[in-house]
Amino acid sequence: MTTITRRHFGSLLAGAALTVAAPAVLRAQGGPSLVVIGGGFGGASAARYARMAYPDVSVTLIEPYQTFVTCPYGNLILGGRRELAQITHSYDGLKARGVEVVHARAEGIDATAKTVAISGGSTIAYDKLIVSPGIGIRWGAIEGYDEAASEIFPHAWMGGDGSQITLLRRQLEAMPDGGVVGLAIPGNPFRCPPGPYERISMIAHYLKQNKPRSKILAFDSKEGFSKQGLFQDGWAELYGDMIEWIPSNQDGRIVRVDPANKIFVSEFGEEHKVDVGNVIPPQFAAAIVRDAGLANETGWVPVNSSTFEAEAASDIHVIGDANIASPLPKSGYVANSTSKTAVAAAIAALRGETPPENPVYFNTCYSHVGPDYGISVAAIFRPGPDGGFVDTPDSGGVSPRGPLSELARHRRLEADYADAWYASITTDMFS
Amino acid sequence: MSVRFMALRSSALALALMAAQFSTTAQAEEPAPLIAQGCAGCHGQAGVGEGTIPPIAGFNRNLFIANWEAFRADQRPVTIMSRIARGYSDAEVAELADYFSSLR
Repeated sequence: MTTITRRHFGSLLAGAALTVAAPAVLRAQGGPSLVVIGGGFGGASAARYARMAYPDVSVTLIEPYQTFVTCPYGNLILGGRRELAQITHSYDGLKARGVEVVHARAEGIDATAKTVAISGGSTIAYDKLIVSPGIGIRWGAIEGYDEAASEIFPHAWMGGDGSQITLLRRQLEAMPDGGVVGLAIPGNPFRCPPGPYERISMIAHYLKQNKPRSKILAFDSKEGFSKQGLFQDGWAELYGDMIEWIPSNQDGRIVRVDPANKIFVSEFGEEHKVDVGNVIPPQFAAAIVRDAGLANETGWVPVNSSTFEAEAASDIHVIGDANIASPLPKSGYVANSTSKTAVAAAIAALRGETPPENPVYFNTCYSHVGPDYGISVAAIFRPGPDGGFVDTPDSGGVSPRGPLSELARHRRLEADYADAWYASITTDMFS
Repeated sequence: MSVRFMALRSSALALALMAAQFSTTAQAEEPAPLIAQGCAGCHGQAGVGEGTIPPIAGFNRNLFIANWEAFRADQRPVTIMSRIARGYSDAEVAELADYFSSLR
């Protein structure tokens, strides 16, 4: 086994030395090693928090992309209210805090040897592992929807290199006035429960400004959705009859797509021709945790509700969208909030201490219905008395409903707070 | 509107303005305690968020708790904090008050 010191670690990975013949196990030197897989809302927050709270712990972040494109605020690109650069974040702030950022793909976890195999053939040793890999797409769950189909019907549901959200934006720009935008929306659970409906709103905003004779057909695999009343009030107020939402009990579930002919096919065989199609497909946890045997039959990873340690393996904590922690939603805020408890629990265990008592998990999701029209949902969660998670009674909930004439100031303030939330949470991840 | 409530509002404003002056310099080297991590996504590690997020650092401890109670009781014209305030126990609010009042 080759041991490589922390000082040489980064340059080794960056340089041609990666072509070393013998498989090397990279081990950060100086203090226990916390390795984080995934540099998004969960992983970046975990890495930053760990460096702040536990300066003696070596933190390595494994992330394939050089920069992070957020899913939140991607919908505003569709609305013409943000550019890709404004939702793209650098890892330089984390590097400056001493996080060893390894731009490679995590390809396997060996829970016995306590190593992570990464692209290029190296492995990285850990004392504690935080995994926040996000979602995987269930290609083929909708017949005809594979990776090639996503180049015609983009999902735009993973940030990646930004190409998916950019593609959807370009398709909207190229669509003639009077065109039909179709969305296929999955059943629960999925990443960002209000996201599809904010997306509908931002597409409607763009169309109203530029292509007002167009229609949006939103085919849903569910009979209801997050902040439904608020969204539907806003749609009626801002966009008239441009948006038609078709729930599952009205044959809204899309089961097949034909990208070549731009057709969505519903459960009962109805064919819908669209000009632009956005397929938000069924999802499960990213492959790295499924391949490691951490997911259960749902495709998501069950975790301890006080520590986020995977039920199927010790010393591996799974946070963010990849775990199944109902009623916690798969949101960026939940990933950020829970990441800190996961880190604290992991470090406590390393030190032979008890994990933090009575943890509290927090969520707020803002959504833009229009430019000065924001709505929100908030919730405070805790570990349940018999395992699992519970919503704190008589708290949280959604923005008030009512006519825009009475609530214009509230809606405008929440739109401003949404922008401020985005700036604040990305600061808490990357600065 | 009660005299106490008005006093609470005006002093809250003064403190908010004071805290805002620190917004460019406040940079916690140590993170907030875990109980306050839920706040951090909007209000930052040091009680000062970005943009229009109201700063919560540097409030007098009792004023912080009084504000929280006013949020809970829907006695303040806020968008979201009433919904959030009802999710934390008195003991948790006391911990939050300890931390955020300890900041500049």
